[in-house]
Amino acid sequence: MEKSIYRYIIRYSMRRQVVLTIMATASFPFLYAFYELPKLIVNSAIQGKDTTFPTSVSQIQFDQVEYLWLLCGIFLGLVIINQAFKYVINVYAGITGERMLRRLRFDLYGRVLRFPLPQFRKTSSSEIVTMVTAEVEPLGGFIGDAFKLPIFQGGYLIVILAFLFVQNWYMALAAVALYPLQGYLIPKLQRRVNLLGKERVRLVRQLSDRIGETVAGVQEIHAHNTARRERADFSHRLGAIYEVRLQIYIWKFIVKFLNNTINQLGPFSFYAIGGYLAIKGELEIGTLMAAIAAHKDLAAPWKELLNFYQRQADAKIKYEQVMEQFQPVGLAEESRQLDEPDAIAPLSGEIAASNLSLIDDTGAALVEGASFMVDAAEHVAIIGGGGSGKDETTQMLARLLSPTAGTLRLGGQAADTLPEAVTGRRLAYVGSSAYMFSTTVRDNLLYGVKHLPLRDAEYDDETRQATEKWRVEAIAAGNSTDDINADWIDYDAADAPDDHALLLRIFETLKMVTLDGDIYQLGLRGSIDPATQPGLAEQFLKARAEFHTRLTDPEIAALVEGFDPEKYNDNATLGENLLFGTPIGSGFDMERLAENTYVIDLLEREGLIDVLLDTGQQIASTMTELFADLPPGHPFFEQFSFISAEDLPEYQAILTRINRDGIATLRPEERTMLLSLPFKVSPARHRLGVIDDDLQQRILKARKAFAANLPEEFRGMVELFDVNGYNAAASLQDNILFGKLAYGQARGGERVGEIIAQVIDDLGLRAAVMEVGLSFHVGNGGGRLSSAQRQKLGIARAILKRPDVLILNEATGSLDGAAQTAILAGLKQEFDGRGLIWAVHRPSMASDFDRALVMKSGRVIEQGTFEELNREGTALHDLVQAE
Amino acid sequence: MSLNEEVEALRSVPLFAKIEPSKLKLLAFTSERLTFPAGQELFHQGDPGDAAYIILDGQADVVVDTPHGELSVAKVGMNDFVGEIAILIDVPRTATIRAETELTTLAITKDLFFRLISEFPDMSVEIMRELAHRLEATTAQLREANSAP
Repeated sequence: MEKSIYRYIIRYSMRRQVVLTIMATASFPFLYAFYELPKLIVNSAIQGKDTTFPTSVSQIQFDQVEYLWLLCGIFLGLVIINQAFKYVINVYAGITGERMLRRLRFDLYGRVLRFPLPQFRKTSSSEIVTMVTAEVEPLGGFIGDAFKLPIFQGGYLIVILAFLFVQNWYMALAAVALYPLQGYLIPKLQRRVNLLGKERVRLVRQLSDRIGETVAGVQEIHAHNTARRERADFSHRLGAIYEVRLQIYIWKFIVKFLNNTINQLGPFSFYAIGGYLAIKGELEIGTLMAAIAAHKDLAAPWKELLNFYQRQADAKIKYEQVMEQFQPVGLAEESRQLDEPDAIAPLSGEIAASNLSLIDDTGAALVEGASFMVDAAEHVAIIGGGGSGKDETTQMLARLLSPTAGTLRLGGQAADTLPEAVTGRRLAYVGSSAYMFSTTVRDNLLYGVKHLPLRDAEYDDETRQATEKWRVEAIAAGNSTDDINADWIDYDAADAPDDHALLLRIFETLKMVTLDGDIYQLGLRGSIDPATQPGLAEQFLKARAEFHTRLTDPEIAALVEGFDPEKYNDNATLGENLLFGTPIGSGFDMERLAENTYVIDLLEREGLIDVLLDTGQQIASTMTELFADLPPGHPFFEQFSFISAEDLPEYQAILTRINRDGIATLRPEERTMLLSLPFKVSPARHRLGVIDDDLQQRILKARKAFAANLPEEFRGMVELFDVNGYNAAASLQDNILFGKLAYGQARGGERVGEIIAQVIDDLGLRAAVMEVGLSFHVGNGGGRLSSAQRQKLGIARAILKRPDVLILNEATGSLDGAAQTAILAGLKQEFDGRGLIWAVHRPSMASDFDRALVMKSGRVIEQGTFEELNREGTALHDLVQAE
Repeated sequence: MSLNEEVEALRSVPLFAKIEPSKLKLLAFTSERLTFPAGQELFHQGDPGDAAYIILDGQADVVVDTPHGELSVAKVGMNDFVGEIAILIDVPRTATIRAETELTTLAITKDLFFRLISEFPDMSVEIMRELAHRLEATTAQLREANSAP
């Protein structure tokens, strides 16, 4: 990347800068005329000096007033022309700056992608984030102004000065007498402000780093009770930033004060010198007025120029600072990452390392002269303890790390000459904690087969035009022109001719890593959109019907209480019985139904308020009876009570007041508190005996009224239960269940799960459920999955792209024993005839491999088959024994 | 069966007979009522113990595994308290209990049980008394068994 910002500007926006310069220069004559004209208006047209009327312009006769109109018309025209120049130049400069900013950011991001891995230990992610986002932002603005501003504003200044000197050079000289001082002093002061600004940037960068650390290490903060210390540290940093900001503030205003004072010396000299000369008759009033008007406009470009001088110094330094960070030693060549070879041959032959060494930035040798030779189709276990160098060796084999010395040959080619197009497709690597991107399971699985856009996306005319526009702009900014919406999936790599085959292949892979059950469960908890997949919704409705047919078996019947519009569901809460639907969004918050105006109006109309208040009173008195003796904060409150420990005294007070004064005297918020209780009660679960048959019948009536009168604004906020309709707001499982699990049936949930699984299998819907599971969004960094699920997914992702050699680095170390065994067996079989290089976490696992490499202190100390090596006195034997 | 009925049932269990009704109500409210269909096991011999059960309704077999197959050693029914040994001390279940008819129980988890005992010391005294009774009964049985031949 260019060493200085000016080289960068010239290299990528030369043409546009030239255009800007030409436009700026072209505007000067109009500008001069604009200042000249008022003099003419006052002196000739108004005062009639040196002019006799009627006068002729281009052979047309004008009397004095007409002449004034003409000149004023021209003046107006010039105003518009000058402003138009400014507008066009500014927009053009803006586009230039924004494009360059886009290019700069893209270049920086491209560099991040090419950083050698150890660099990420030195530069934190939040530092990179602030540099690429906030810190380069002002550079964009500067780039747009780089040439245009000094030329335009400098020219402007010269034009005005020239005008002033032409009028009267004494006066002009006096007006600008202090400019040299200003030009010397202000930048000096400004530099101080800028230094402080730089300090502020540094502090804020550190601050964001700290925030990032807090988020990442929040578990430790809780676990060690260090919140107080963290707060102190943060406060200290904020204090430092405050100090710097305050200084900036003060110096800024000092500069402003000086600037404005010096600028006002201009008018002073005009009034004094100009006035004196006018009285003496040596200067015309019109000229003086024009000079004052011109001088007023002098301040702006002068300020801009001074400002620019500082911005320039600032931009230069900032550019260099950022570049320094993005110029690490060992930055990969762009070609290595982006070159697309004509054909990528499968990797076969030997994998040979000779004298492979890796030295880290502290000078410690992590791998020291490791030499070995294995066949690319062999299954090789690398064994070694901590610090043996096996981690780094696998990473060098996968070309994630570059050896500091020695050579590595992959199938006859020197590894360091191979582009990522080869190493990233013919090899696969899974470390001990695979990273998941914040997208769906499916996209994460297919991440390994999306190397380049293979098939164009389908667009209609309108979107195609928009896309084309995007592309043109991307080219102008030197960005990637690959269409993110295109189909990037390399079906050949996954050995699947079409989507269906790919899906089957995914299922097979998931089974191999024992993740199929998890994905099925995710699918059951997921949902589909019946509008886009009506056929599928239909299928699940069939599953619902089938499930409910099986429920006629009395054994199973007790497990589920189906939703019946005509029956009160004992296993559902009163709120659920009333709504008889799935709430969408926050319109009907199940926890706060008593605050919902529509619900309360409805209950009022149905005459249910009094009954429910009574019920609420009964519940409250039971709860106070049960929980009154427990200390606040007792876990029972959280687990069992309808009333939190904090609210309990308030409810006690309400009950006392009801006993004394009657229920009618309650305040509205107290009524709401009481009313909120019955909504949470389910007869089967809570056995409070407060919802009798009569109340149930009345709730059923209210249920119908609820659905019938639902106002427009609440329509989209609840999806009502309909036995013949797919409920888009509920999960697949709930759609099949279409009811509530009966409370208190031993192993009820489990047994129902089994029946649902049977129904799904019988109807051939398993694949459909799994597909829904594949669209599960894994959350930030895969946070919505367990670490074992993430790891399995990482292995599945590597299998799916069918590499010639799969390299694993303790990839199953964090999984349970059964999963480890299953995955090892599955991989051995899947990679029969292909290479498998596995740095194993348990030495005994090596017995399943063709060959074992034993590493210690960065060297390969033993190699051979497990049987050959596993005898008394070998390092392998010791490691196996120590296991 | 409502909470109040459960409280009545609990009061018929000797272990809880002398405990205040309000405490029993809390016990009933916080424990889960579990129904087992006939033939299903409450727990199996050798399993780790996680809950004790108060039988509210129905009959169950107490079965132990022997080298010659299962041996039914006792029957339990309404108001019996089973499985308490395994939640008091960490031993595996000493027998299997299988529902003979449909069985309604109150399941008291280990966690809940200890919470209640620590919250209400009266209860632990009652339980101590009950256990002492049992010990006494068992010792008496042993004495009889020894003096019998």
